[in-house]
Amino acid sequence: MKISDLVGSATANTFRSKTRTLLTILAIFIGAFTLTLTSGLGTGINAYIDDTVTAIGASDVMTVVKTSEQGDGFGTADAGPAEYDPDTVSSGQPGPPGQTVVALTPADLDTLAGIDGVLDVAPTRSISADYIQVGDGTRYVVNVGGLVAGQRTPLAAGAEPDNSSTQPQLALPTSYVEPLGFADEAAALGETVSIAVTDAERTRQVIEATIVGVAEETLATPAGASIVPNDALTDALFDAQNTGIPAVEAQRYAQASIWFDPAATDEQIDALKDRLADAGYTGSTVADQLGAFRTVIDGIVWVLNAFAVIALLAASFGIVNTLFMSVQERTREIGLMKAMGMGSGKVFGLFSLEATVIGFLGSAIGAVLAIVAGTAISSALADGFLSDLPGLTLIAFEPAPIAMIILLVMAIAFLAGTLPASRAARADPVESLRYE
Amino acid sequence: MESPVISAVNVQKTYGRGANSFDALKGVNFDIHDGESVAILGKSGSGKSTLMHILALLDAPTSGSIMLGGVDTRTLRGSRLNQTRNKTFGFVFQQFFLTSNISVLDNVMLPMKIAGVGRTERRRRGMAALEQLELVDKAKNKAANLSGGQKQRVVIARALVNNPRIIFADEPTGNLDSATGTVVEDILFGLNRQNGITLIVVTHDEELAARCDRRILVRDGQLVSDSAAVPA
Repeated sequence: MKISDLVGSATANTFRSKTRTLLTILAIFIGAFTLTLTSGLGTGINAYIDDTVTAIGASDVMTVVKTSEQGDGFGTADAGPAEYDPDTVSSGQPGPPGQTVVALTPADLDTLAGIDGVLDVAPTRSISADYIQVGDGTRYVVNVGGLVAGQRTPLAAGAEPDNSSTQPQLALPTSYVEPLGFADEAAALGETVSIAVTDAERTRQVIEATIVGVAEETLATPAGASIVPNDALTDALFDAQNTGIPAVEAQRYAQASIWFDPAATDEQIDALKDRLADAGYTGSTVADQLGAFRTVIDGIVWVLNAFAVIALLAASFGIVNTLFMSVQERTREIGLMKAMGMGSGKVFGLFSLEATVIGFLGSAIGAVLAIVAGTAISSALADGFLSDLPGLTLIAFEPAPIAMIILLVMAIAFLAGTLPASRAARADPVESLRYE
Repeated sequence: MESPVISAVNVQKTYGRGANSFDALKGVNFDIHDGESVAILGKSGSGKSTLMHILALLDAPTSGSIMLGGVDTRTLRGSRLNQTRNKTFGFVFQQFFLTSNISVLDNVMLPMKIAGVGRTERRRRGMAALEQLELVDKAKNKAANLSGGQKQRVVIARALVNNPRIIFADEPTGNLDSATGTVVEDILFGLNRQNGITLIVVTHDEELAARCDRRILVRDGQLVSDSAAVPA
């Protein structure tokens, strides 16, 4: 029997008992549908993170902090209490509240600049503003972020703050547009806002700045839900904040950015991190920080995939059952085919191919409907409660993972089919063709 | 005298072991020549069905052997054995064994499909066989929708389609009324006479056996009489 005839016969046999085949396909369909959706979820979110990293464009920048004794995190009981260090400052890094890092001094910046592979160093000045206000309107708490060169923030309107300008400028996060009393994003452009900081002498200083852009808030926007000032505004705020502090002590930075060769490979970046660690600093790239994000998402997607695979395993017992019934019903036919000279291997092939065809139909229908449903869901969500995260396609599909899923389901179906198929292959033609 | 197309050499078949063993065939010897029509007669339980299964290479004898065209079939294994069965034999069964929910033509083409004959050749030879049995107008019908006589004619078409040297017919008229039965018998003996196909009929119907050139009577696993053994 030719392979093409074998496949053709298997496909035709699948449709001989339509209801039974349909129910089995349905069971497979549910598993494949779920698996396609969950993998689409992983693809979508990870693609979003990738896009975000690319959009930030600062792949050659590393954030450096001084490695502190308590930097190991929680539960380092064996280390005992950390020794007091007068150089600690509150960290601008994400982390538990109250965590401090050892501040970087100008001497540290010089050391960093001297490390092999470091092209440039810039301290990150952390500014804690009290509030933002338009005219005499309501005061809102605000964070002041900062972009390092090469970073970009996605804009909903206007332009990025111009660092070469001497005028204090800022980009406002979209969520501040309405509370501050602007009709829409375009209306906010060109308006003046007041930002208040408290200096070391406990007096409040108010700085005025112009809104030049409105920034979108994405999952990984460099500045998050904070205003993005230009250099002129940063200088003004930093000076105001440090009024009354001796110049030497004013130059304390929680972190610094270093630039390295944009063409550096992962190994070279790791080597640079090692050199930084030897010098007593901890460096992390944007990719590192988002890497943790991705690990969590991958973890969740794997758990969801595991549920889908369990559904598929349950469905595979449906295949075993269906084919056992089929073998039972077709005992005579199998006997006849063997009497006519069909080998046991071909009989086995015929029945296991039938299982594979069922698996293929279930998974192909499941994948196609999952793509339709996933696309509909993610576009509905993008207009709905995920509209705050523009650019996010929650469920995205790529050909390779979908092909993988279909192949996986076909493999599972084939394995399920081997049991009934081997029973069919063992059938004795004399027994099968006996009357009554 | 030309060598026999098929011969049984001291064929024994034992089912079971030890005290429970049962000898279905107790050493059977005969030769069948090309173009003969032979009836294997016997009551149920006589061992005639076992003998047919062994002759058709569906079952192996416990001892002794079947010589097919001078070749000891014990030397045939696996795909060689399957191929021999496919090319040499046609089967006609009392209960038809048609696949009921596929078309008549598909049923007839099954042996060629197993043999690996191409699609167009399959169709051509299948239609030719149906034409020979005057069933062309039924080619597209589902096998289930045919009358008993039509079904048996489809079975004969299926048996013919690979141009076999031997047709085994196991109670070919057992499920048919006498008029239809006679028609089917006429077709089988016509093939035997005109195409020279050796016909081996297993039956307990004396009338059908009487139409054969030769009658082999089996009782309790032994060959009781063979009409060819008595020179005419």
